[in-house]
Order: sequence, then structure tokens, then C-alpha cells
Amino acid sequence: MNIEYMGLKEISGPLVVIDGVKDASFEEMVEITVGKNKRLGRIIQIEGELCVIQVFEGTRGISLENTHTRLLGKPLKMPLSMELLGRVLDGKGRPVDGLGEIYPEITRDINGEPINPVMREYPRNFIQTGISSIDGLATLIRGQKLPVFSDSGLPHNQLAVQIVRQAKIEDDDEAGFAIVFAAMGVKHDVAEYFRESFQTSGVLDRVVMFLNLANDPVVERIVTPRCALTAAEYLAYEKNMHVLVIMTDMTAYAEALREISSSKGEIPSRKGYPGYLYSDLASIYERAGMVKGCRGSITQIPILTMPNDDITHPVPDLTGYITEGQIVLDRSLSAKGIYPPINILPSLSRLMKDGIGKGYTREDHPEVANQLFASYAKVQEVKALASVIGEEELSETDRMYMNFGREFEEKFIAQDFSENRSITDTLDLGWKLLRLLPVSELDRLSPKTVEKYYTRSDSEGGDF
Amino acid sequence: MERASQGIIYGINGPVVKVRGKQAFQMLEMVLVGHDRLIGEVIRVLEDETIVQVYENTTGLKPGEPVVSTGKPLTVKLGPGIMGNIFDGIERPLTRIADNTGIFIKRGSIMDNLDREKLWEVKILVRPGDHVKQGDIIAEVKETESVNHKIMVPPNVEGEVIETADDGLYNIDQVIVKVKEGRDIYNLTLVQEWPVREPRPYCHRLPLNIPLITGQRVIDILFPMAKGGAAAIPGGFGTGKTLTQHQLAKWANADIIVYVGCGERGNEITEVLEDFPKLIDPRSGRPLMERTVLIGNTSNMPVAAREASIYTGITIAEYYRDMGYDVAIMADSTSRWAEALREISGRLEEMPAEEGFPAYLPSRLSEFYERAGRVENFNGTTGSVSIIGAVSPQGGDFSEPVTQNTKRFIRCFWALDKALAYTRHYPAINWINSYSEYSDQLEGWYRENASPEFMDRKTEISRILQEEGKLLDIVKLIGSDILPEEQKLVLEIAKVIRQGFLQQNAYHEQDTYVPIQKQYLMMDSILRAHAGASRLVALGIPVSVIRKSGVFEELIKMKYNISNDDPDAFEKLNSKTESILNEIESDYRASGRVNEV
Repeated sequence: MNIEYMGLKEISGPLVVIDGVKDASFEEMVEITVGKNKRLGRIIQIEGELCVIQVFEGTRGISLENTHTRLLGKPLKMPLSMELLGRVLDGKGRPVDGLGEIYPEITRDINGEPINPVMREYPRNFIQTGISSIDGLATLIRGQKLPVFSDSGLPHNQLAVQIVRQAKIEDDDEAGFAIVFAAMGVKHDVAEYFRESFQTSGVLDRVVMFLNLANDPVVERIVTPRCALTAAEYLAYEKNMHVLVIMTDMTAYAEALREISSSKGEIPSRKGYPGYLYSDLASIYERAGMVKGCRGSITQIPILTMPNDDITHPVPDLTGYITEGQIVLDRSLSAKGIYPPINILPSLSRLMKDGIGKGYTREDHPEVANQLFASYAKVQEVKALASVIGEEELSETDRMYMNFGREFEEKFIAQDFSENRSITDTLDLGWKLLRLLPVSELDRLSPKTVEKYYTRSDSEGGDF
Repeated sequence: MERASQGIIYGINGPVVKVRGKQAFQMLEMVLVGHDRLIGEVIRVLEDETIVQVYENTTGLKPGEPVVSTGKPLTVKLGPGIMGNIFDGIERPLTRIADNTGIFIKRGSIMDNLDREKLWEVKILVRPGDHVKQGDIIAEVKETESVNHKIMVPPNVEGEVIETADDGLYNIDQVIVKVKEGRDIYNLTLVQEWPVREPRPYCHRLPLNIPLITGQRVIDILFPMAKGGAAAIPGGFGTGKTLTQHQLAKWANADIIVYVGCGERGNEITEVLEDFPKLIDPRSGRPLMERTVLIGNTSNMPVAAREASIYTGITIAEYYRDMGYDVAIMADSTSRWAEALREISGRLEEMPAEEGFPAYLPSRLSEFYERAGRVENFNGTTGSVSIIGAVSPQGGDFSEPVTQNTKRFIRCFWALDKALAYTRHYPAINWINSYSEYSDQLEGWYRENASPEFMDRKTEISRILQEEGKLLDIVKLIGSDILPEEQKLVLEIAKVIRQGFLQQNAYHEQDTYVPIQKQYLMMDSILRAHAGASRLVALGIPVSVIRKSGVFEELIKMKYNISNDDPDAFEKLNSKTESILNEIESDYRASGRVNEV
């Protein structure tokens, strides 16, 4: 039954075209033999007997004559079992750690299937990361997809590692937790940094690593996040584990998509990215969440670099439209030596409104967060004014804002890489800072909250 | 079905499938593709090839598989069972799909759109011998506690009633009325079908002079929406489009809400599904879900069905309009729908216009928005469809094609602003860039129902905000200390308007929905305080003194301190403001520090 097709009709970038194919199905996997080595490919377009195939290992060394191709009769599937934990796999989900093949309990199509919105559980459980700017102002919720927008030279990897180390993913129930790490086009030392950090924090045997490094084939990147999420879905929805998925770098993923699109001769939309970039990214990000009848969850922290720090670049832009908020790192804060350099104004967690406050974190949390945002936004206005007229010319209130802004950045946003603050510490810190401003400036607080928390300062060990 | 035209798959490219073979497919006909019988729609007919967009994932399809025609365009089933339910983009019931296939949506789940087993309590309203024509109401069904579903004669049917069933319990397939026209006999059931891409007919259009009251101050006062109008909410990510849409779906005074989640987040649909059954409609006292239908085609569901979801939604909206209801449809987001068009267009290798969007984008947008309107129906009732479309401009840039083309076909533009959202000023509707062209038409209603002075008050508020905008430009350069006292007062009052009036807390029990009367009184109190303070400033009393007295803070807090059903409290607030101001004045006069004018 296994017909082999000799030779190719056309080669273009990572794509090859074969003619005379019988009985191929859309998105079926093929095996291309070049000399002695075998490469995997996937059919991405069928036109009668012509098939367009994307070759995961790239087309280097392939000529029109030196190949024979076999159809594998199935879409790309991922072998799944509990053995995955602690393993290192390549971008297509095959083990590269020399520990042998994974004996599958089941295999799954890596494309997954859309979750029926009726079956979703609305995420509400707060995850304490121990980082004030996230816990206080852009709270991470279990089952959320919260990307980190960054750029080269900024400490997004440290931040992700700190979250992994400090996040209290373990719940009281026995569900257990796992980390799925997918690297797309990152440098070897970055991947190594993550591996080491997992090791030092003692979670390595709970991590599944998918590595497509910078020098690995570009096309493989297209399937890396899908393999990773297929593994995550298995662990979350079949093994009831709380899974944290870290995907870096989504921009490299999108670039791979663009490369294939242009090889196919598709009509580009913005900056050469294909028109379906949004749908494609959504098919990845929307695989986060919680579902009814399952204790497990998938929380995604994708990391992406904004080329030229431009948040309106198509990749961060479309990501922001799909994910439930974003954490934005800022170069000027980083230059001031502030770690983590989170710019809180564009940062946002859409799910925090239902996961904080009374019964979740503390009753004053929503108001404190709102007030800190509003006051810090005002600081920016005052700063702009100060840069024109000079700080001495500012009114008394405006000078208070300048002081508040400095303290806020140095005491609240900045914290040590190993500092793990509880949510109570974070909120109390927020109050200490708000007390630097006169109560008449705090317009987002209800009178009740002001009375209970603002005026408490003396008993609470004073101000700065 | 055996004689139906059939072809075989020739090529596959994502959701686009090329079909060859016997050619008798009609344009926009619904077809079943492959052995799994996936639902598709014919979008191009060539001499020897037909192109079909498939509403499901095409992985695993093979050339040579059959494509069967259904002989009818993509239609929706209209009848009892729609309200309170959730469907995908082509009206498949997601709840029952979940019962069958669990967490994930599997392919080829062909299901009945409406529950065919359920028995409805039907009250027949016609008798044999009656002459009926399209749109006439022949029966009534209590669909939910809030919605009385009127069974109508389908369009293009007219004749004499020759037989009726008795009042009682029927499922949607049972014949309840037989109508004879010439030699044809029509068996009417509780359902009818309608092709989604075709507007349902009506008698004639009516002027748009009744507002759609939303309980949101910035909308109702500054940029009002008319029943039967069309509005757009553009905004970059994180500016609160969905939050605003949810607020409107919750509180707008429409009888029926159709909420289309088009290519957006799954959790947002889940949120509506969880919240709406718990929220109580302030007018009927019943859960909001009873008057709501959700169309959920999230971003990870097939893209072609996303394109169809907008039409499915508007067709359902028109159907309830025909019963004489005021319907509001929220489409979140029309940009995702436009992107679906672009994606399909790209796969067809059509020549693109701006940013890869097809050249027919404007005409598709106008066709959609023109389906809004307030009309007189064939059965003599009046109903309306109001469209509120969210737009997600790439990079938050309003000059992109979807925003620009949408602007041409809507008359109410609620521009969401990133800077406001950063300061957590919600709803982040920018009062400088937004507009409503319905204001003038609605003037009469506001004069009659809110206050005769309404328009003057509103103009005053807009004027202060405009002036603040100009002053802030100066303040940015030189600081506010140098401004003359009158201008400082403008800044102070504008701050009160922004924080006390325009900002509205969607999570506050009282503030989430504010009746129009309270909105007016709030506006009135602010302007009274302004007048009083202006008098003092003219006497040479500095604004800082007035500010220290706390009058402005009191005004900012009135949205929380005064409950929605206590209009008398404004009297007290106004007299308190006045007495504080008078006290300051007499203090100054006593010490002889006032300028006599």
C-alpha cells in the first residue's frame, strides 16, 4: 500500500511540490528520504494530484531528483504519557535527551480541537507570583493566558523563571502541577538557562521541554507550540494537573509563519505577515483555560519580543487582542536599574477583576490597584510638565507626585530576583506609598476604604 | 437528495475547497463536503470548477471525496428555543454539542439547530376562514418568562386559513395552521427558515427618534444611540471594548439582545454564560439570560463560520424585530469578521485592496450595518434592530481600513482611548473624538422625558470638556499655577465631570446602571456648583479655597453616595453645596476681601 513517489516537481524555500500523488489528505504527514536521512513534512495544500509540502527539517540538499517520498496516512500526532515529565524533546516532539522513545498511552493530533465555550470554566483562582507589580496590579489567574511583552536586552527570561519558582501553582488538592516549556528559535544558552533554573528550583522532573533552538529548522517552529500544548492538554484535562506553559519566543514563531506564507506566494497583510496570523495565534493561545469536570488547568505565559520596542507591531498587537492582558517590560525602567522593569500602565490582567478582592485576595485590592494606576498615570503627566518648567517650579502637590513616583518605582516595582512578597505585603506596601499623597488626591478610593486603611499608618510601622 | 448535484473535491487549501465534476451548484448554496459531510458554502462558480468555503476544520479531507448540494442557501431555523441559548456561527447549538462530544468541538457534528423534542405551550390566534399574509401573527408561545414568541406567517405566504390545531403542547415540527393559496396548501409549524445573507422584509422604515437607553452616562448624555441605529466602538486592546459591549448587553433597554462573539476569546463567552443568568433585568425583574441569545464563534473556531456568525446574528435579530420587539445586536468584533473575509479572499487569490483586505470590504460592511433600522412590520407592529459593532483596529490606529469604512456606515462613534484606559478611566470613551449624529433627532425625546433644559445642560457639559482640552494643552507647557482663576475653575469642574460623571464603575452595584433621571440630576448638580463657584471666583475668591471646602469631592462621590431610587437626595446635595459656597462668600465679605463688580 505504501507508494513511494520519486523526485519532486518544485522546491521553493521550505516548501516542495510533488506531482501525481494519489489519495493524499489535507495536513497529512509525509516522510521524505534524501540519500540516507529521512525528513518529515506536512501537506499544506492539495490541487488535484499536486501536493505542496512543508519540510520541517528544511530543504537544504534536496534536488528535484534525489528524493523519494512516502505518505504516512495521518496528521502529525504527539505520543503522550506520564513519562513525558522530565523529558527533553525537539520541536516536533521527539526525544533528544538520549533516554529513548516515549511509550505512548495515547497519541493526539497536535492541532487539537477548539474548546466548546459552553464547557469552559471561567478562571477565578489567583496565583501568587510573589512579584508586587504582577500580584497587585496585573494579577495572574489560574487558566489565564498572560504574555510578557519584551525585547532583547530586557530580563524577560529572569522574570519567567522567577514566576515559575515562586508561583504557588500547587493547590491544596492533590492535582499536582507541571511545567511545559516550549522554546522557538531561542539561543542555546537561553534554553540552558531555563533548564538550569528548573533544576535549581527542584522542579526539573515536572518539566516537559520542547526545544527548537535558533539554529534548528525554521518550519519546525510552526508545530513546536502545538506539540507543547497537546502535551499540556493531556496533563491538564486527563491527568488533572495544573500546567504552566511558557512559550518563548512567539515573535520567532510568527516569523516562521511569515516565511512559509511568502514561500507559498500568499498575499501579505501588515509587515508581510499572512492575513491569517490572528487566527493562527488564536489557535495557540486559546488552548489555555479550565474546563468543566476537570480539576486541571492550563496557564500560559508566552514571551514575545517587540521588534524595536514597538507595541503596535503585528505580533504583540494581535497577541494583545487574544490574550487576557499583558505584562509589558520597559527599557527606560530597566536602564534605571529597576528589576523587574514592568511598565504597569500598559500592563493589564483582564481576569483580575473576578479573581481579587474579598474572598480571593483582600477586600481593598481592587481599589488600591485602581488608585495606584491612576496616581502613577498622574505622575507621568507631572514628569512631562517638570521636564518643561523644571521640578522646582512645580506646585506642592505635583512635587508630592514626583516623590510618589520615585518611591513607587524603587520600592514597589523593584524587587530582588529572589524576593517573594506575599499579597498582604504587596497591598500594605501599596498603602504606604499612597500615604505619600494627600487624601484629597485619592479619588478612586471609597470613603470606607480610606477610613479603614489610609489612616492606619501610625499603627503600621510608619511611612517611608 | 439523490438527484442533487454532486461533485468531487479537487483541491484543498485551508478552509477553501475546489470542487470539480458535475456542475450544477448555485452561488451561495449550502453544500456537504467529504465523507464527514462538513458544512460548506459555494462562494465562486467557474466553468469547470466550484469553490466552497468550509465551516469546519479541513484536516484529513482528500481529493476525490464527494461534495453534495443541499439545494438551498445557508439558512437559519427561526422558532422557539432560540432565547437563552448559545449557538455557533452557523446556528449549531453548543450546549447540545457539548452533551454529545464533551470538552472539545469535534468535526462534522451535524445537529438540529433547535430542540425538536421539546413541547411548547402554543396559543393559536387565528381561526379557519381568516385571511393571513406574510408576517401575520398566528400563534403565541411563551418562550421564556420574559419573551413571548410570536409565530408569524413566513414571508411570501398568503391565503386563507383552512385548518388550525387546538391550543396545547406542540413540538416545533408539528403543523399548527394550514393556509390555502389557490391550489397550494402551506403547512405552518412553529419554525421557519431564512437565508442568513438576505435581509428579512418589512413594511417601511420609521424615523429614529427614540433613544436606546443604556444606563451609561457618557453614552446616554453625550453620545446617545437611537433605537434602530448603528454604532461602532473602536479601540485598541485593553481599552475595554468587550467590557463596554457587555455593559450595553446587560443594561440597554432593548427587549431582545443578540450577542455575537465573533472571533474573540472563549472566556468572554463563558463570562456572559455565567453572569447573565444571575443578573436581573431592571425593567422586567427577570434574569437577563431570558432575553439574550449568544452566538459564539471564538477565535479558535473555524474561520469561515466566523464570517457567517455576523449574518446568523442579524437574521435572528430581524426575526424578533418582526414580532414587534426592540432588538439590540452586539457584534464583538467586526474586525475579526473582516479578517475572516480577508483570509478567505487571500486563499482565493483575489486582488487585494488596502492592507490585504478585499475590495468588497466596504460593500459588505454597508450591507451589514444597513440591516439596522426601526421599522413598521407587515403585521402592523413596530420593531427595531440596533447594531453595536466593536472594531479592533490594528495597533489601535483608527486610520486602518475596517475602522475607516465602518465610520461611513454608522452614525454613532464611541472611540475608546488608550490613555484613558491606562488611568483606568472606564468606560474609556474619549469625549473629544467620539460623536453621535442621532443627538438632534433624539432631542425631542430627551426634552419630554428627561427635562426641557436637557439639551442646554448637555451642551454646557460638552463646552466645559472642550475648553478643558484646550487648557490642558497650555498646562502641559507652563503648569496650572499660572492660569487665571476662571480657567482654574474650568479645570476643576472638568475634573468633577470626568471623575464624578463620565467615569462609571461597572462593578459597583448602583453605578453599573444609572436611570436617565439620575443622570440628568447629576449633570444638573455639577453645573449648579459650577455656576455658584463662578460667582465666587468673579468676586476674587481663589479656586483653591473653594476646593478646600470639599464641595467638589462631594460631587465626585455622589454617584456612590446617592442611590438610584433617591432623586430627592440631589435637592439636599444642591442646597448643601450652595450653603458651603455662601459661607465662603460671607466669610470673605466679612473680612472685606472681595472685589465688588
